[in-house]
Amino acid sequence: MVDLSVKLGDIELKNPVLTASGTFGFGTEYADFIDLSRLGGFIVKGTTREPRQGNPYPRMAETPMGMLNAVGLQNKGVEHFCTETWPEIKDAGSEVIVNVSGACIEDYVATAERLSALEGLRTIELNISCPNVKQGGMAFGTTCQGASSVVEAVRKAWPGHLMVKLSPNVTSIAEIAKAVEGAGADSVSLINTLLGMAIDVERRRPFLSTITGGLSGPAVKPVAVRMVWQVAKAVAIPVVGLGGICTAADALEFIMAGATAVQIGTANFLDPTVTIKVIEGLEEYCHRHGVASISELRGII
Amino acid sequence: MKTSEKKHQLHLIVGERRELPGGLLHLVLTDPDGRVLPAMAPGQFVEVAIDRAKVLLNRPFSIFNRTDNVLELLVKPLGRGSEALFDYEVDDDLRVIAPLGHGFSLPEAPKRVLLIGGGVGIAPLLYQARALNERGIRPTVVYGERTAPAHEICARFRQVADLEICTDDGSMGLHGFVSQHTAVTEGDFDLVQVCGPMPMMKAVAAIFRRRGIPCEVSLENHMACGLGACLCCVEPTTTGNRCVCTDGPVFNIDELTW
Repeated sequence: MVDLSVKLGDIELKNPVLTASGTFGFGTEYADFIDLSRLGGFIVKGTTREPRQGNPYPRMAETPMGMLNAVGLQNKGVEHFCTETWPEIKDAGSEVIVNVSGACIEDYVATAERLSALEGLRTIELNISCPNVKQGGMAFGTTCQGASSVVEAVRKAWPGHLMVKLSPNVTSIAEIAKAVEGAGADSVSLINTLLGMAIDVERRRPFLSTITGGLSGPAVKPVAVRMVWQVAKAVAIPVVGLGGICTAADALEFIMAGATAVQIGTANFLDPTVTIKVIEGLEEYCHRHGVASISELRGII
Repeated sequence: MKTSEKKHQLHLIVGERRELPGGLLHLVLTDPDGRVLPAMAPGQFVEVAIDRAKVLLNRPFSIFNRTDNVLELLVKPLGRGSEALFDYEVDDDLRVIAPLGHGFSLPEAPKRVLLIGGGVGIAPLLYQARALNERGIRPTVVYGERTAPAHEICARFRQVADLEICTDDGSMGLHGFVSQHTAVTEGDFDLVQVCGPMPMMKAVAAIFRRRGIPCEVSLENHMACGLGACLCCVEPTTTGNRCVCTDGPVFNIDELTW
């Protein structure tokens, strides 16, 4: 029997496979295809203090082995999440993690405070790296000072596990990771999308209404693996890796580079059962290589 | 309206493929083990996983027809995804996620129903016409194309509906747009259901808004997941941005901000 369980600080996950925020809805969207209780956990769509309509259509463009998106944090707000969504998903049988975003520090704090009232919610992922909103988002995540100021403030309002999602759109992601570790983060997840752009030359205009958007999918994976490797060497807190994971081999790259857990994002759009295939693939790999616990592989590079 | 069936990921094969005059590809998909296909409502759609080396994301297609044994699609080469489907041969595997979204409404009592299709937007109207037949309704179908449409498609429609053709070049039926056809401008109907290019749907919607006849349109906004997870395919509605993949693709025009 292979032991796939991992510990993110004091949070034990039955396996290292999570889903990335914004790619898995609230989990229920995938319940026809997979048993949600088999996941290590799932991270729900970015939640903000007030409801948001997001950016105008078009919000998406496919690019070589990737996609650009500019959704802009469309969501119904934290109050709706707490009263309507949480009761539906809290007993899903795997770790539910709420992604929190905001335009200013007060927004992040207010959302985290509201979530702290939910019984059973143990972890939030602080999104300081969304490239698709005009205010806040990535602005916090691209300087050490901005990142630590928002993490410090939320740390006081949120008693549970605090995961901080980092932006790759920086010169040194390891420096940002060290800053949020110093400010009280319990783990870091990376990478959020890479800021990108694509132009429809026939129509002579950008594909996205916002001109720029966030690049995800297999195209970003080598960048993400490199950043996870750098960050894992720089901080003592657990690292959660994401960026283009489609297969168990992809997930293993992140784990060997130092990730304790991984998130699957864009691949959920390609195959709604991909998470289960990755979990089974990790198990099969461990069997084949005589690995008793997935943790033995962490950070071996 | 709005049937909602359990979604499935199906591993199908190409049973038949035919390239029709006008550049359309008619694909007949079957289950290789002869299993009965899941229930699907007219106006719902499917996501098709296409050769990953050519396109990354799945592509949405209307359900042209569904029986227990076959799923039929009509494909027009409009981009890299639909073009890549032309390379599929008989017996090739095709992964399909179905059924998705909410379809056209199906009146309980007998009503006079007008179906309007433009180009490959004709695809979901055959399955809808069949469902209407089962309720004792023989709809009128107005089908607009650039040039005379394929005989095979017209013949399929004539089995289940009264077919009127409009062509841009006058090679068959009315020389003009569907919005100029008397069935559209003057016809006596209780319900109108439309699928086609956006400018055509907007023109038709304006006519029926003015005429005060209930009208549903099927949208095709670009989408990534088809499941309501990515929030990429939103359409502005009277209640804010809504996903075409889950709240649509069929909307009553009163819900839209056109």
